[in-house]
Amino acid sequence: MNAPSLSARLLAADDRRLWLGMAGCAIAFLVVVPMLNLAMPPDSALHMPNYMVTLLGKYLCYATLALAMDLVWGYCGVLSLGHGAFFALGGYAMGMFMMRSIGARGVYGNADLPDFMVFLNWKELPWYWMGFDHFWFAALMALAVPGALAFVFGWLAFRSRITGVYLSIITQAMTYALMLAFFRNEMGFGGNNGLTDFKDILGFPLAEPSTKLGLYMLSALVLGLAFLVARFVVTSKLGRIMMAVRDAESRVRFLGYSPTWVKLFGFTLSAMLAGLAGALYVPQVGIINPSEFSPANSIEIAIWVAVGGRGTLVGAVLGAFAVNGAKTWLTGAAPELWLFLLGALFIAVTLGLPKGLLGLWGQIRRKEKAHA
Amino acid sequence: MLDDKFEVQVDEPHGPGVPAAGSILYLDGVSVSFDGFKALNALSLILAPGELRTIVGPNGAGKTTMMDVITGKTRPDEGDVLFDEKVDLTRLDESEIANLGIGRKFQKPTVFEHLSVFENLELALKADRGAFATLMFWLSGEQRDTIDATMARIGLADKSRHLAGALSHGQKQWLEIGMLLMQDQRLLLLDEPVAGMTDSETEATAQLILDLARDGSRSLVVVEHDMEFVRALGAKVTVLHEGSVLAEGTLETIQADSKVIEVYLGR
Repeated sequence: MNAPSLSARLLAADDRRLWLGMAGCAIAFLVVVPMLNLAMPPDSALHMPNYMVTLLGKYLCYATLALAMDLVWGYCGVLSLGHGAFFALGGYAMGMFMMRSIGARGVYGNADLPDFMVFLNWKELPWYWMGFDHFWFAALMALAVPGALAFVFGWLAFRSRITGVYLSIITQAMTYALMLAFFRNEMGFGGNNGLTDFKDILGFPLAEPSTKLGLYMLSALVLGLAFLVARFVVTSKLGRIMMAVRDAESRVRFLGYSPTWVKLFGFTLSAMLAGLAGALYVPQVGIINPSEFSPANSIEIAIWVAVGGRGTLVGAVLGAFAVNGAKTWLTGAAPELWLFLLGALFIAVTLGLPKGLLGLWGQIRRKEKAHA
Repeated sequence: MLDDKFEVQVDEPHGPGVPAAGSILYLDGVSVSFDGFKALNALSLILAPGELRTIVGPNGAGKTTMMDVITGKTRPDEGDVLFDEKVDLTRLDESEIANLGIGRKFQKPTVFEHLSVFENLELALKADRGAFATLMFWLSGEQRDTIDATMARIGLADKSRHLAGALSHGQKQWLEIGMLLMQDQRLLLLDEPVAGMTDSETEATAQLILDLARDGSRSLVVVEHDMEFVRALGAKVTVLHEGSVLAEGTLETIQADSKVIEVYLGR
């Protein structure tokens, strides 16, 4: 672990195009969007309305989630169909903090208990809500709980050499079981309704456009940071071992590597990134409930990554924006068609574009070069 | 990573003393059956440190199963498999055995097709195998030189950045041998290393194997069908038949053995 490795690897191993692209995205998301929102008069055609800023903030969280998915699916070859659970757990951690921040401003005016607990006639705060008054604790839990779940779940599964479709099925079962558990009022997470009616975060009122813009910009920063972390991992020797595990797991064993630990590293890191995305998502949408655990949500994440192009990181981000953009548009224009389109998209990508949009782009460029 | 718990007392079918003493690999009474088919039938084999051994035998004789047992891919139903006199290989998994110093080249060349030739060798390079160590790994100039030297040795120096999947069959065989060299193992198991090679490639491979055997620092077990190749290696030959040893000796003695002629050459 010698000193030059970090900076040298981040700079040397990559082509300039990537860094130019990142700089371009940073300017677009962190300078142009805020300017269009703040500096343009509301009646101008160039003005970006507040709801659009929050929508973009949501997409940025989805993109971070897709990045996490790509790390584990595109590089380690582990098709997790339960990543929505890690996202939701991160969201619940942040939701619990915001619930505690409401204090006596709830419907029942109870400073010690969230409204739903008063409604259930609970007398005191359950032990697992302790500490969520503090932002640092909630932020830590948003990473630690998904990370710990992934570590234990992954250790049991990978050690027993459960791979492929069997692993996908048990991850679906995991998120489904969590959904059923969180639906129960006795769990103490608000049951069916989940956690909502948040007022502010760290003293910033959530209804304020400036708070929304701030959360949006934070989401952009986190996506950039998550991208750098993921990039660092996949360009390391560990990243190449991940790809080796993906392509020929048993062969890797004979080289003396343990695929269990390689996959466990990827799975746990990925779950923590997903938790982080969830923690940023919930303040922007104002609610977290058990439907976030639904198996269909997790499958949708895999579709984002497949559409963008897995095993590329950039493709995952692209896919999250493309599919969610289409979803926003179509659920407004023709809501009954959305699920059909999503299914058709998945089939089309699987059959026609195994490398996703990014692969298509590469093909077009190669053709142009061949003609030139 | 090896505790005392892996060191076992072997039973002593051959009389007093430690039967595995002075061996690098010791198989005694090893049996494996798949659905009633005895792939290995009380197989016993002793390999001395620094020895080069060729193993021949008709299809289904148990050659590959024997390698599977030694490398931890298959657990034997009974019998002792000891490495370096006292390490019980039947209790270790594939990666632990690889880290002990046993390397394997598969019958069907298996390289990582989406990685370059250089990256394949880098993964095989002897270094800390832990997840965090590999995350922070930074190739030193010395290690780069080792990889370059190996690429030159296996004739792939100009293919450094080529994807392994794009290599010819023979080149993949060589790359896999190169990966074994990078691991710097004490015992090398080569399953049909010249299958699919041209005559000149076969000759070069024989030369490479003889080079590896010459300094005596490593032991090699070569499974091969190609009799010309076996002759070129000029090593002690073990003939396997129906999961156990039929005969052992120089190629000349083997070829004169009536049992061998009957089951093998006679076909």
